[in-house]
This record gives sequence, C-alpha cells and structure tokens, in this order.
Amino acid sequence: MRTLVYVEHDNAIINSATLNTLTAAQQLGLEIEVLVAGVGCAAVAEAARVLPGVAKVLVADHPCYAHHLAENVAALIVSLSADYANIVASASTTGKNVLPRVAALLDTQAISDVIAVLSADTFKRPVYAGNAIATVRSLDKRKILTIRATAFDAVASTGGEASVSKIETVHEADISTFVTESLAVLDRPELTTARVVVSGGRGLQKQENFALLEKLADKLGAALGASRAAVDAGFVPNDMQVGQTGKIVAPDLYIAVGISGAIQHLAGMKDSKVIVAINKDEEAPIMQIADYALVADLFDAVPELELKL
Amino acid sequence: MKALVAVKRVIDFNVKVRVKADQSDVDLTNVKMAMNPFCEIAVEEAVRLKEKQVVHEIVVVTIGPKAAQEQLRTALALGADRAIHIETDEPVQPLGLAKLLQGVVNVEKPELVLMGKQSIDGDNNQTGQMLSALTGYAQGTFASDLVFEDGVLNVTREIDGGLQTLALRLPAVVTTDLRLNEPRFVSLPNIMKAKKKTIEVQSPDDYGVDIRPRFEVLKVEAPAARPAGVRVATVDELLDKLKNEAKVI
Repeated sequence: MRTLVYVEHDNAIINSATLNTLTAAQQLGLEIEVLVAGVGCAAVAEAARVLPGVAKVLVADHPCYAHHLAENVAALIVSLSADYANIVASASTTGKNVLPRVAALLDTQAISDVIAVLSADTFKRPVYAGNAIATVRSLDKRKILTIRATAFDAVASTGGEASVSKIETVHEADISTFVTESLAVLDRPELTTARVVVSGGRGLQKQENFALLEKLADKLGAALGASRAAVDAGFVPNDMQVGQTGKIVAPDLYIAVGISGAIQHLAGMKDSKVIVAINKDEEAPIMQIADYALVADLFDAVPELELKL
Repeated sequence: MKALVAVKRVIDFNVKVRVKADQSDVDLTNVKMAMNPFCEIAVEEAVRLKEKQVVHEIVVVTIGPKAAQEQLRTALALGADRAIHIETDEPVQPLGLAKLLQGVVNVEKPELVLMGKQSIDGDNNQTGQMLSALTGYAQGTFASDLVFEDGVLNVTREIDGGLQTLALRLPAVVTTDLRLNEPRFVSLPNIMKAKKKTIEVQSPDDYGVDIRPRFEVLKVEAPAARPAGVRVATVDELLDKLKNEAKVI
C-alpha cells in the first residue's frame, strides 16, 4: 500500500504548501505517489516528477479538473483509492473542499489540519481555534488527512525522479461549473510562505493608512496581512486576513501594527518565531504574547521604523 | 424552495477555553454555550432568502444533547418555521453528522441546505462537504455571496488567493463563511412567537446510522505557551533587538 498526495497548483506552478504536505506524507512511512489534476498542466506534472521522495506522478489532464471542482476531483481520487492506505492534501481551501468528500464516499472519517504525525494512525491537530491541541488515533482502515503546511518544513523542489502515468478516465459530475475568479495580484511575497509578515488592524483607522504598512513591508520584503477587524471595516480584501478563519501563518518575524489580538487572530499567527507588536494600548492581548512590545502611536512608530531600516 | 439549515450548539466564542487537568478534553462545565457563529450566519441567510421570497419554508435541524433545543429555539425566533432535534448525548464526528443529515435530507427533500463551514469546537470543516458527497447535491463551500437565477445558484467562495464564483445546479449544499452576512439580533416578541413553533424530537436510531466515533481522542492539551516577551521603549531599541538578539532582520 502507498500514500497518495494531491498536488495543489494553478495549472502552471505547484503551490508551495504541497511541499510541506509531502514532508508530513513521508512521515507516514509508505511510498508516495502524487496526483496532478488540471488542464494543460504538463509543466506541473514535470515539476512534480522531480520532487524528492515521489515514486510516481499520476496526471489527469482534462478541462473538468481546471479549477479543482470538488465534485470532479473527489470522484477522480475515489476512483484511484484502492491502491492507497493514505490520501493526503494540504489544509488549504482546496484541500478542505475536496478531501472530506473523498472521505465520505469512502466511508472514512477524515482528520483535518494535522500539525504532527506521531505514527501511521496517530496525529495532533488544533481544536477550539488552536486553544487546545488534540491527539487523535484514527480507527479507519484508510487515513484521509489534510495537513497544516506551516507545521511542517518544505521538501526541496528538485532531486527526485518519478515515473509519470496518465489517467484517461474522466469524472465530470456536471452539477457545478466554474464562473469566475478574482485573485489578488501579488507584488510582494505570499502571506502563508513569507519570511516576514507585516499585519495591520483596526488601529490603522482607514484604508489609506495601510500605505504606511506597505512601505514598511516593501523595506522588509514582507507580506501584508490584516486582522479580521481591518477586513470587516473594508480597509483591505479578505484574502489578507490572518486568523483562525483566515490564513494561518508562521513566519520568522510577524509585526502586528494596531492589532489588539483577539483570540481568533492569535490562533492564526502565534506560531511565528518572533512577534513584534506596536500598539498604543499596553493592555492589548497582543502585547502579552509579543516577544517585543512597543507601546507607541503607530502613526509615529511605523514611519520611524521604516526610515531607520 | 425549501431550505434546511443545520446548526450546532458549541462553546460561546467569547469564552476562554481551558483544558481539563487530566487532559481528557476541554472543560465545558458551567461554560456559556451558544449557536456556532457560522451556523448563525446560515440561519440569517435562510431568513433573508425567505424575506426575498426565494425560500418559502425554513427547517432547522440540530444533532446534540437535550440542551441543544435552546439553539433550535434561537433559530426559530430568528425566522425558521420548524425544527428537528436528533437527540444524542454522544459526541458525533463529522461523518456521523453527515449521515444523519443525509437521512433528514432524504425525508425533507430541501432544494438548499445551508450550514456553517465549520464549528468552532472541533474545527473540522468537513460536514457540509460530506453531506454534499453523500446526497449528490452540488457543493458550494465557504460562501460569501449567493445569487439565485433560474434554478442555478451562483455562489461566491472565499478561497486562499481571493474569491471564486461557481454556478451550482440545485439542489445544493452551501457552507457559510464570515462575510456572507451579519446576523440580526433576536427580538423578544419573536422569542415569544418561537415558543409556539414545533420541535420534532428524533433519535439517531430513527435513521439507522452508526454514529460511533471513527477516531479516538487520546489526549487534549493546552498549546505550548510562548515565553514572556519584553517591552521596548523606542523604535531604536526595537531595531537593536531584532538585529542583534532575535537576528531576524
């Protein structure tokens, strides 16, 4: 028996979370095969072929897989499932959309958001917005797991030599169709993989003031994030939200500016290596968990910091 | 159309969660409980669709202990027409929940199932997807906008990189994300009116579904605490610490 890892991609490049997911998959101990489903995704298949530790790449190239529609991709994975003791994907919005379906169709209870693999059937995962960590043992024959990428190192992007096998059967449910997508255009690092993240909260007061953080982020080569309060207030789009229901980040340096630090926000960033908080309110929860807390007016401190970097 | 809304009783989102000393679970004794916030959004959306006359009947369902009827009463006060309580004191995992809900769907035949994308206790984010798979209903997860047109539901989804819109052929299961709507508060007259609405009590056995757990919880522990940090007085001191102590810039 082997482990199947679902490769996340945009038909051109592999999403880096898949590299972290592969590390978790390796800890399950079985030979790893990966599935690339998409359209015109030959470049992705080639990149997957040289990932370390991958024995085989299965490629399903068809328009119905273009946008990873849950109904189609889940049916495809189920059709391949007989050979696999483990089916694994990253705990992204794609992985979470698809794998529970696969699990239900295979009468298996999936395990979400795995942060540690203790053995082939025992895992750690956060519950209650990360305020508790549960150790769970799966009683199912087959393990179906989504992996929290920030909890595992990434494998290298080259070094492997896998075989490639095409899958010709098409699983098109035809009950949902892709209409449109509006993806943020990034001129700075992606939030979940950036080494440095600068995040703003309600303390920024208005949308225009995020320009201050942009300058700071540019100086640091950092990604920009935000608290739910800043997103709800319309300062920034939802894909910048860091927190339990937004992005989970764990950069080397996280700078929280004008963020009070609600439990839900802390759940999304408290695994950062170094946390800096800049806030007027020294009693704000974020100040209690920060490694370096600066009590200051952000409108003075942020420009000064940017200038002196 | 008929809408089925699934709701869950969970710890109130404002309550600080504590782990039991024996690490068997989190401590829920005498803790304030409430409707899961994502479920509230699902109820609100159903009520708004009824106000727009897209939906003509709202059936709300919960699976849980007797006390979960409080959350059904809340949903009824918000505007649901009737309620189903599948009563069990056992914790039910997502696959079991999805199978029970499949049983309800088979009886009620709703064109739309609305539910939260996850509950804030288990944080599994699975039940809606599983229900969609088991029923063959189209799947629209993490919804931030719904538009109905001629038997087709355009659902805008919050995905990692931004937003994605899918067209779903009804019937469909939709799971709600935070920005779909802002739930209203329950008014006192509606609470009184809701007392007259019916809650039908059933048991998991009525559906012939095996809800035994498929994973064991071996241990629940508090996350590793971060060591206490320091206050820095100036931007210069902060920069010095980041360069020379933390060595991150």
